[in-house]
Amino acid sequence: MSTLSFDPLLIAVAAPLAVAALIALGTPKSWVIKLAYLGFATPAAMAIWVWTQFSGVAKESHGYAFVTRYATGLDAYGIGLKLGINGISLPLFVLAGIVGLAAGIYAIQSNAERMKTYLLLLLVMQGGLMGTFASVDVFFFYFFHELALIPTFIMVGIWGGRDRTYAAMAMTIYLTIGAMLSLLGLIAIYSRSGANSFDLMTIRDTLAATPLREATQKHIFGLLLFGFGVLVSLWPFHSWAPLGYGAAPSSAAMLHAGVLKKFGLYGMIQIALPLLPLGAAHWSHGLACTAAIGNVLVIGFVTMAQRDLKQMVGYSSVMHMGYAFLGIAAGSTLGVGGVVMLMVAHGLSVSLLFLLSTSVYHRTHTFDMEQMGGLAQDTPVLSALFLAATFAGIGLPGFANFWGEVPIFVALWEYSHWLTFVAVSGTVISAIYGLRAVARIFFGPRSAAFERVAAANPPRDIGWSERTPAFILVAALLFVGIWPRSFSTAINAALTAPSAEVTAK
Amino acid sequence: MDFSTLRELAAGNTWGSILPEILLGVLALALLVLEIILPKEAHRRIPMISIVAQLGILGYVLSTFHTTYGDSFNGMVAQTPTGQLFRVFFILCSVLVSILARTSLSRQVVPRVEFYNIVLVVTGAAMLLVQSRNFIMLFVTLETMTIGLYILVSYFRSNAGTLEAGLKYLVMGALSSALLLFGIVLLYGVAGSPVLPGTTPNAMQFAALNSFLAANPGNFTAAAGIVLVLSGLAFKIGGFPFQIWVPDVYQGAPTPVTAFLAVASKAAGFVVLVSLVKVFAPYQWLVSPVLCAMAAATILFGNLAALKQHNVKRLIGLSGVSHAGFILLAVASIGTVPSAEGSVYFYLFVYLIASFAVFGVMTALAGADDTNQELGDYAGLGRRSPFLSGVLACGLGSLAGIPPFAGFMGKLFVFVAAFRAGHYGLLVVAIVGVVVSIYYYFGWIRAAFFTDEPGASETQPGAATTCSTDIVLRIALALLAAGSIILGFYQGPLGHLVSRQ
Repeated sequence: MSTLSFDPLLIAVAAPLAVAALIALGTPKSWVIKLAYLGFATPAAMAIWVWTQFSGVAKESHGYAFVTRYATGLDAYGIGLKLGINGISLPLFVLAGIVGLAAGIYAIQSNAERMKTYLLLLLVMQGGLMGTFASVDVFFFYFFHELALIPTFIMVGIWGGRDRTYAAMAMTIYLTIGAMLSLLGLIAIYSRSGANSFDLMTIRDTLAATPLREATQKHIFGLLLFGFGVLVSLWPFHSWAPLGYGAAPSSAAMLHAGVLKKFGLYGMIQIALPLLPLGAAHWSHGLACTAAIGNVLVIGFVTMAQRDLKQMVGYSSVMHMGYAFLGIAAGSTLGVGGVVMLMVAHGLSVSLLFLLSTSVYHRTHTFDMEQMGGLAQDTPVLSALFLAATFAGIGLPGFANFWGEVPIFVALWEYSHWLTFVAVSGTVISAIYGLRAVARIFFGPRSAAFERVAAANPPRDIGWSERTPAFILVAALLFVGIWPRSFSTAINAALTAPSAEVTAK
Repeated sequence: MDFSTLRELAAGNTWGSILPEILLGVLALALLVLEIILPKEAHRRIPMISIVAQLGILGYVLSTFHTTYGDSFNGMVAQTPTGQLFRVFFILCSVLVSILARTSLSRQVVPRVEFYNIVLVVTGAAMLLVQSRNFIMLFVTLETMTIGLYILVSYFRSNAGTLEAGLKYLVMGALSSALLLFGIVLLYGVAGSPVLPGTTPNAMQFAALNSFLAANPGNFTAAAGIVLVLSGLAFKIGGFPFQIWVPDVYQGAPTPVTAFLAVASKAAGFVVLVSLVKVFAPYQWLVSPVLCAMAAATILFGNLAALKQHNVKRLIGLSGVSHAGFILLAVASIGTVPSAEGSVYFYLFVYLIASFAVFGVMTALAGADDTNQELGDYAGLGRRSPFLSGVLACGLGSLAGIPPFAGFMGKLFVFVAAFRAGHYGLLVVAIVGVVVSIYYYFGWIRAAFFTDEPGASETQPGAATTCSTDIVLRIALALLAAGSIILGFYQGPLGHLVSRQ
């Protein structure tokens, strides 16, 4: 099926990787920056093009569009680079493109040491992210995720902040365990389905005809739940996240917390839920309680207690993953659709927060919120953007997060009343820590420590190099917040597809 | 003159089927002759001559890759696709060892040409070993190989550590040969017993032994023989509990020889093990549990013992033990899952590429004392030599089994095979092993990339401070690094070859 025609998905995956290869092969310095812009802009452009065209193009089975397949020599194992986009992967593909562009611009504008290597790793990560969400082949889905994951470890280890070596090591070991468990689960699906193929479309067809036994489904879903759970920082396997994000350089944290972490949730929704419905039903209650009490409540309180800004953002992202797990546990179309929306919204808002935290750090020279204060007088744009990001994180209407959280809460109400109370109280918690952070950083009197820093180098408002990526992210948050239908139509179509698929046969 | 006799002779001639091995032997002799006839200043060209000639033989093997398969020498050796694959494998090993040796030997005062000569003989023996279909052939080729390695291991004879390694390898090798021989004798003896059904006087032949075993599933003497044969092979591959020689010998041997031991000797052991597991198929009830237990113990031992190592040669040796465990996982699945065999071969190829990348960097960085290579010597390598550190990262990433490197594909196929065979417990052990291995590979990467050079005062007098490397070694390392990445997502013909079987 491989053709030489225009394949936006392959271009989106290959462009950053090709640029990374060019940089590795020794491009002259003057070209590196230009090439890097190209490497980050191309996937974003392709993602938006795919988004605009998606509703119009012809769909193959399971709602996949733009499907192409390239043989890689392992046809006997049923492995091949098969790319395609359906309604669930479309929002995440677009998310990866946009956050990648923002993180890329931010990285290029920053004056990091050993810039070439930094951009190279970031480009590899970007290529991996685009590939993860564009893969129909489960093997390549995992492969691209790992491709994006490895640069994170190296970036934390080399460019990280405090405790970088320890953080890199902890992240590596934690996430490797998670990845290995989920790999085992994917191999189990591959092997047990009898499809002899890693192609998700084939596996879905095979399992639709002959579902797995309930006991098998329970075991495999358990493997995937724990594997993906570690990757998505499900409580109590979350401790790598604040540690790693606290130490990671901002662009790496943006891409990891914003996009890469969604891999686990995406895997649950795209692979585990449709293939293993009985397994999902078995585990859903435990998952819902863990997510509600552990991620939302416990981590919510932990977040409130943080003084370090970056740690707080890291913990808040762990907390928001709790909502996503609740939506998955509820399992209805509404709940899961809400999770997909939340993934996009949270990806945009958390990467915006990481970006802005670094901007704050450049002005205050500390992440300790006790040692800040009154920054708004000098940096009105920065504080407005930060406030917007905080509002988005709380889930105010008008921002994309609202359309993620509300459907989840509604779906959860049908699932369990008391869990809904716990979950909704979480929004209060996030309002408390979010607004308190804004108050501590931007308003009130300057702390004595900040007074000294400000006297030495007076804080200036953010320039265009920081504004551009921040504006891109805010614009995307508002666009989805005001016009959620731009994604929700495709998501709905994909989630209600199983019935359509039966009639199609 | 009547040509019909000659024609008959020519028709019955099977020497052509082992032409690559003969060419290697001729080349080995030619090197010695060249040393005599060439003027002294031209002697330093001999290694390059050897490398180029080996590449020529490699080209010949590749051009005749799809030859007519079948038995020759009355069933002593058989030409199979696997045999062809491993001819390529061993010649590649030999070329790379020769390239490494050019750098490594230049730092020592030792005879040069004999080293390349012995490498060629060992390679030829290994190539015949994987094609042998008869225990006599197997034992003779295995001994030819091992005796060559005895000499190579203690080649830097002025170094106490190297001599100790040589002695240990000699004693352990002799013990393993004795075990293997004892096992062969038991099998031959019991198969020749006239009171048993299916008795055969020809039990040295694998096929005959296989049918005898099929007729007697559960004979105690045969079972004892099988266990002894497996033990003898476990020495070669470094499987638990016969791995105990590995760290000392790997540390003491010259780095190119360590690479040769780690890759060629281990691969030869595995290919023979795979063909014998198929011969012993009627004793699946015995072979499978033995291999499973060995796999689990080998993975755990290799990884846990590697955790605390600071000497990189010991570290890579113990990590090699754990790799043997991963491959055993697939070997243990061969009885029930046909695809497992291909996964063993793929893993070995990937291991060849990744290991030589790492060994090449080690050779380039080794100081005058070849046995003393510490993790600390790698501090700041990322700044000192981006090229070498990049190659090291590719090699270690592949060994650790991280995508996009080829090692991940190797592990994936092995895990798929083990899963299909239903070895769930072993898979859990394997996953624990992988996670532990990430820790020590990460430690190495950390030393190379995340730490800076230890000040101006050189604390390690043995460590080479300059990173100027020989151009041939650089080319080889670049190719190995590229191979580690490309095989990770595009397996191409090799993928077809190993997944077909």
